[in-house]
Formats: sequence, C-alpha cells, structure tokens
Amino acid sequence: MEVIRTEGLTKIYKSGLRKIRALAGIDLLVGQGEIFGFLGPNAAGKTTTIKILMHLTFPSSGKAWILGSEAGSAAVKQKTGYLPEHPAFYPNLTGIELLSFYGRLFGLGARKNRERIHELLSLVGLRDAAKLAVGSYSKGMLQRIGMAQSLINDPEVVILDEPLAGVDPVGRKSLRDLILRLKKMGKSVFFSTHILQDVELICDRVAILIKGGIVSVGRLDQILAEEIESIEITAKNVSSDAVKAIGEIALNVIGSSDKCMIVVKDEETLEKIQAILGLHGGKIASIIPRAKTLEEHFIEKIRE
Amino acid sequence: MGIVAIALNTFREGAKDKIFYAIVVFAIIIMGSSRFIATLSVGQIDKITKDLGLATISLLGLLIAIFVGTKLVYEEISRRTIYTIISKPVTRSQFILGKYFGLLLIIGMTLTILTVFFSLVVYLNSNTLDAHLLKAIGLAFFELALITSVAIFFSTFTSPISSALFTMGIWVAGHFSGDLKGLGQISDSSLSRGVSTFLYYLVPNLSNFDIRGEVVHGVGIPHTFFLFSVCYGLIYSAAVILIATLIFRKRDF
Repeated sequence: MEVIRTEGLTKIYKSGLRKIRALAGIDLLVGQGEIFGFLGPNAAGKTTTIKILMHLTFPSSGKAWILGSEAGSAAVKQKTGYLPEHPAFYPNLTGIELLSFYGRLFGLGARKNRERIHELLSLVGLRDAAKLAVGSYSKGMLQRIGMAQSLINDPEVVILDEPLAGVDPVGRKSLRDLILRLKKMGKSVFFSTHILQDVELICDRVAILIKGGIVSVGRLDQILAEEIESIEITAKNVSSDAVKAIGEIALNVIGSSDKCMIVVKDEETLEKIQAILGLHGGKIASIIPRAKTLEEHFIEKIRE
Repeated sequence: MGIVAIALNTFREGAKDKIFYAIVVFAIIIMGSSRFIATLSVGQIDKITKDLGLATISLLGLLIAIFVGTKLVYEEISRRTIYTIISKPVTRSQFILGKYFGLLLIIGMTLTILTVFFSLVVYLNSNTLDAHLLKAIGLAFFELALITSVAIFFSTFTSPISSALFTMGIWVAGHFSGDLKGLGQISDSSLSRGVSTFLYYLVPNLSNFDIRGEVVHGVGIPHTFFLFSVCYGLIYSAAVILIATLIFRKRDF
C-alpha cells in the first residue's frame, strides 16, 4: 500500500516578471513501512515538495495524496507527523508546554496528552530539559523536541525535512536510530537530506531530485547496480601469451602470472578474457563487479 | 479545539512579553499622576481624572492592538513557527481566529488591570464608583476589537511597519469619518460626493465607541446606543476577519 503518492507535481514561483520552476512534474510513490530518502543538492526542490505534502504551499499543477487522501485534508493531517527544516518554536514555552500545545491541536485530552509527552520526552532524551524554555535549547535539542512534536499524535507517516542537518555525529546517530525505531513500530518515514551517508545507512528506497526533477528512484542497491563502473578479475597461473593478449583489451593488469588482477570495463570484455584464459591457460579465482558509490552516482547526476 | 489552543497560546506568549508589562506600568503611572495634574485646575479633579484615565486606557489598548496585532501573523510566518501549526489538523481560518481571540484576551486582561486601578483612583477622588465608566471602557474594548481585526487583516499580507501605518490610518479616518461625509456633501462634484460617501461607509465609524465626553460630563448613554455600537463593532470585526481568512487561505508559506 502506498502512503505517499504524487502525480505531476509542479511548482512555479513568480518573482516580479520572472518565473522560477522549483518542481517539474514530480511523480513519487512511497510504500507502507518504508524509510524513503529524498536526496538532492541545495535548491533541488526537496523542501518545496514536502511543503506541498504538508499543505504549507500549493502546487501550480499536479496532485499529492497521503494515505490515499488528498494531502492537506484534516483527516490526513491527523495521521501525519512533520518536522520542518531548521524548526522554529515559541522560545518562551518550555518543552512540556510546547508539546502540550501541539497535543491540544490534535484534540488530545489532558491525560492522554500528559502520557504522550512523558513517553516522547524519554524517547528523544529530553526529560532533563523538559522544564527549560525552548529558546535556551541547543541545535540538537531543537531537532529532538522537533521530532517529539512530529510524533505527538502517534502518526502513521512521518515526514522530516533535513532532520539530521547541522547535528553533531552523536546526535545524528541517535536520530538515525530513532528513525529506524519508527520503522520497527510500523511507521513509514519520508525524509529529505543532502547527506549521502545517512541515506546509505538507513534508507530502503531513495529518490534523487535535481533541479526540480527526479533523476533516479528505487532501492539503493538497484540504482547502483545499474552503474557498474568496472569488473575486477583475479586470475591465477596465467601464461605470458595470455597476459599479453589480455593487456590489449583490459583497462589494467596488475601482478604476475602466478596471480594477477585484471580490470575490464564491461561483461563483454570479461567474456573475451575468459576465452583468452581458456585458450592460453589460466584460471579465474574471482570476479567482482565494482559499482559506483552513491556519491559518485549523485555527483554524476548533478553534472548531467 | 484548534482556535482555543492557539488563542490560549497567543495569550501566554503575549503575557510573557516584557513590552506588555512596560505598557501596563506606564498606564498605571499616568493614571496615578492624574490626581496631581487635576489639582492644577479648580473643581475639575473628578472630570480630569476620569478623562485622563479613559484616554490612557484607550490609547494604551490601541498601542497593544496595533503593535502586537500587526506582528502577530507576520512573525509566525517570518520565524516559521507557523509551519508546525498549519501542518497539524488546524485550518488557516482557525489559525487567524485563534490569533485574533488570543490578542483580544491580552487586550481584555490589560483593560481589566487598568480598570481596577482606574476605579481605585476615581474612588479615592470622589468616594464613589461611576458605573458609566465601565460602559465607556466596554465600548473602548469593542473599538479595540475592531482595530485589532484591521491590524490582523493587514498582517496577513504585508510587513508590520506597513500594517501599523495602514491600521493607524484607519483609526484616524475612523474618528473623522463624520467629517468625510460632510466634506462630500459640500462638494459640487458628484464623483467626490460618491467617493466620500463610499469611504464613509467603508471606513469604520469609530465615533460610535467614543463616549468619553458624555461619561466625564455625566451625560447618560441610552442602552440602545450602547447595544447598537456593540453590534456594529462585532459585525464589522467579523467581516474584516472573514476577509483576512479568505486572503490567508491562499497564501504560500
């Protein structure tokens, strides 16, 4: 079952006489129980997409649905949690007062509200700071209280805009663990980021957004499998004739006839190597395809 | 539920604002000093105390309505605190209404504190409490409710400075709306007459709420006039807030 779906989502901003296309027909599908990474450089349109999902901004064309209903309806908002980028909260309220306010917006009764606040403050590790004014919180604490407010209604879908940006490594680990915990609780998580490591560590599927358009989408291993850069072959007992013949078609040959590493660019060349070894002597010990890293794939897409 | 939560939160945020306390203390000082100012004139202590007290309450309420009201929505957008509210099951209309009622709570609390102190000053001067003073303060509250709605209306689409200027302009025009109509009537041009009549009905007639002169000089206020003014204030405020919500519903953040 899909929890988030967009069709042809487009957003054009007008600045005087100029028109700026922030989104160019985004089609997205996020499945139930997934951690979905929405990856892109700055100004790619990630925040614009999320703001449309959360009804903060209206699309120029196209539609978005969350949990089968049109994004922005009260029923959808009741089941959705949201953390904006660089979250801002009322500085004079304490952590408890802030969460209590958000709980009341969901119509939580006083008792249920208190229970949820207690659970969430423990979950995000802010029990000791609960009675301090939010204005005195550090960046990491603000992200954590932000996560707490996004979960106050025990949502089915959690949408996070750059939740790990600007947080120290320890804080990022704890927020990543929290996101994984949300998945174990059966929630679906959609988060935007430009930090590739976080995507590699926790995402089930990824979409890469560049200049308002999606350039790649799918499971990370599938996206990178399409991008085989080279194949490394380890061969043993290779005759000198074989080495000479291989050297003419391989990208690189390293080592001696006892054991050498051969690098070729594709499977077609691999088959030729296998034929040469069969003809002149030699045995293949291992074949390892070398895929691009996510970083290489990402940078290549940006350059395109 | 959303309106109540937002209103109470707005009240709590405003009540913690130091400017609010400064305004209340300033008002108390002015009212307290009215007793000394009044001794400069012979036999007019009572009138001067009441006049100065009512003027102080109206003016300081106006300052809160304009300077807090014009920032109320604008700051929520510029600070982006609105993101975590509108993304909850709260409509944009509920947000505007919550902010409006929250500010009315702040103004109401301010007027209540000042009224208590003012009544004490009047009692010390005359050993009596004048119930008509409460009518004047009551109408001042409805005038402030109307001005607050105008301030929030401008706040939905323009900066605090522009909102404050426009709102102040409406307040001035509202107190001279009778003159607007008169100006049109003496004009030879039918266009001028039409424009001035249109503006007369468009701009709120704030003289409906100003009974300070009558109260100070002990002139009675008919109940019908009081009720008319209250209804006028409620209907005008509701219309302005409705237009504000219609503008706000289409706004991108």
